[in-house]
Amino acid sequence: MNAPVTDTMPIQSSDDIVRVRQEVRRRAAAAGLGIVDQTKFVTAASEIARNTLDYGGGGIVRLEAVQDGARKGLRLIFEDHGPGIASIDLALTDGYTTGGGLGLGLSGSRRLCNEFAIESKPGEGTRVTIARWK
Amino acid sequence: MAQADIGQTIAKRRAEILKDWGHQLRDGGALSSGRLKEAELDTQVREFLDLFVQAVSTNEADTARKALRQNVAEVSRARAIQGFTPTETATFIFSLKQPLFDALTQEFGKDSAALIQGLLAVTEILDGLGLHSMETFQKSREEVIIRQQKEIAELSTPVVKLWDGILALPLIGTLDSERTQVVMENLLQSIVEHGADYAIIDITGVPTVDTLVAQHLLKTVAAARLMGADCIISGIRPQIAQTMVHLGVELNVVSKANLADALGAALRATGRTVATIKSASGGSALSKA
Ligand SMILES: Nc1ncnc2c1ncn2[C@@H]1O[C@H](COP(=O)(O)OP(=O)(O)O)[C@@H](O)[C@H]1O
Ligand SMILES: [Mg+2]
Repeated sequence: MNAPVTDTMPIQSSDDIVRVRQEVRRRAAAAGLGIVDQTKFVTAASEIARNTLDYGGGGIVRLEAVQDGARKGLRLIFEDHGPGIASIDLALTDGYTTGGGLGLGLSGSRRLCNEFAIESKPGEGTRVTIARWK
Repeated sequence: MAQADIGQTIAKRRAEILKDWGHQLRDGGALSSGRLKEAELDTQVREFLDLFVQAVSTNEADTARKALRQNVAEVSRARAIQGFTPTETATFIFSLKQPLFDALTQEFGKDSAALIQGLLAVTEILDGLGLHSMETFQKSREEVIIRQQKEIAELSTPVVKLWDGILALPLIGTLDSERTQVVMENLLQSIVEHGADYAIIDITGVPTVDTLVAQHLLKTVAAARLMGADCIISGIRPQIAQTMVHLGVELNVVSKANLADALGAALRATGRTVATIKSASGGSALSKA
């Protein structure tokens, strides 16, 4: 397996989220994901990017190609230096929200991806990794 | 030298200063864009200079200075809206420096202490007003941009009447919060205006429905219901429907594959039907009025 090529995009405004969605769709299509998988992954990316902006106070996303044998796809790593998540189990509960949302962003995204991981330290920030492949 | 002397000097040499300043402005191209009429500019410079004299001479200098700042704000605002550049706008104030310096030099030429004091006082006031001018200009430009964005948002998502009591809102593009807000308010207002029973929200042109978009849709459906209209959502493409299921979002609203089906359902629900006329004589039934 070759070392993955990584690119970084900022997430500091709503416009940035729109750009991230467009770039994720472009790369997902280039990796050969079908229209349904593209839509699922773009939607998950939109959810996590929105959390990075709204709860994390802004951050970045790293985009890297997944190229692992037969697996071809896309991995996204969202990072912020916001307040962090005190209880990841709670945050992953359907309907749980501290911001007046639907509380389905994290739990829903987990169902939309092949790979999903949250690392978070209260006071230090949050890193969410998602990936989807063919 | 007291500030009153500056005021007296300017008042005494008013005609000459106005002429010089006018030249400076014209040379700087104040009229060349055609956005400003000669007469308008003349009025602006006269009003400004008279307020300036009051601001440096009367006992009520505070009131006069406020009036002067107000005047600068109005002139800068107007220029921002008319499409002047920041430089063109700031030039209105700064091009008065030279004429005032000349007037003071002629009046106090030999008394260099008084001259320096006068120049400093005039510079301080004009610089302050220049900054005020730029601030107002900037704010006004931002207001213009915000207004234009709203206008675009409204224009790009018109509420259309399909039939008596049946409205449609074809949504196209990214639904960020700001735009969604405008769109939804428009729909609710139209529901009231038309006394509509059905509102069809068509999302064929929306590329991504995430939980934020879904929440906006849910809120709109609830608000429409309070206004007495039922919503039908049409154009949910298969990949979006699947994604929404995985997200766990339930819209709890009637949905149809496309706008035509939604219209058919709304017509039936209001006791109407679309039928084929058997006796149609062939050819185009549509004729130009
Ligand atoms: N990057 C983050 N930093 C801090 N808290 C977060 C972050 N992402 C999510 N959370 C927390 O997890 C909760 C659930 O998130 P989510 O499932 O996306 O629902 P919602 O965004 O509707 O609140 C949020 O309300 C918030 O409290
Ligand atoms: Mg969220």
